Amino acid sequence: MTTLDVSETEINEACAKLKRDAVAGGYVLNSDTGFVERLVSGILTNERRYGYPACPCRLASGKKEDDLDICCPCDYRDPDLDEYGACYCALYVTRAVHEGQQALTSIPERRPGRALRRAKLQTQPTATHPLAPLPYPVWRCKVCGYLCARDQPPGICPVCKATKERFERFM
Amino acid sequence: MIVEHVNGKDKGNVMLYALSTCQWCAKTKVLLGELGVSFDYVFVDLLESQEQDETMDAIERVNPKGSFPTLVINGTRCIVGFREQEIREAFGG
Ligand code: SF4
Repeated sequence: MTTLDVSETEINEACAKLKRDAVAGGYVLNSDTGFVERLVSGILTNERRYGYPACPCRLASGKKEDDLDICCPCDYRDPDLDEYGACYCALYVTRAVHEGQQALTSIPERRPGRALRRAKLQTQPTATHPLAPLPYPVWRCKVCGYLCARDQPPGICPVCKATKERFERFM
Repeated sequence: MIVEHVNGKDKGNVMLYALSTCQWCAKTKVLLGELGVSFDYVFVDLLESQEQDETMDAIERVNPKGSFPTLVINGTRCIVGFREQEIREAFGG
């Protein structure tokens, strides 16, 4: 595998978009712009390499269906922001970290390891819905927790812009 | 396997498992350079699939999460993540 060069223009455009989306969704990016640019470059590199924007600080498998949880923004961002003040890569931080009231450090990995992920894939229970029958199924965005009741999840999460495959049946 | 070597003071066998896209890994590499330690590093994301699997097996033996960066000193001591203080202390920096 080779390193696929990403141009400066692409990085700048992606950073601008990331910033717009972060502001719109109430999120805050790391104030170290060089650090952010290098992470964005990593996400763009992964997008070319694997066909999906895998987290730059995690090893992607090359199979999108196995890595949906680590497509940026990952399923672990919000719990990590709550617990540690930053996402695993420190691309996103809390306001407290941004304003220097809380120190930014490298945090533990929340994603289960390879063996656990494999075991979980095999024992995935078929969801039972104790509250059924509901007039509509309820879908939950695994990235931000947005809930909606409709036949299918939306194509794009209206809150955090995650794509349809990031939704799970909630009720 | 593409293992790169950085010359420096001999502090035992120092191996850094990293990803080419990860910024905590980059910071760890810079810190080791700053401390002037002799070390090896490998970008696991750039390995071919079989080598990558074997390397992940090796990493998981010392760090079951298989996360990055994983720094292994003399095959036994392991520092996971960019733990600046711990890394400095490990090399008496
Ligand atoms: S939100 Fe942070 S930890 Fe999650 S994929 Fe994006 S950069 Fe990585």
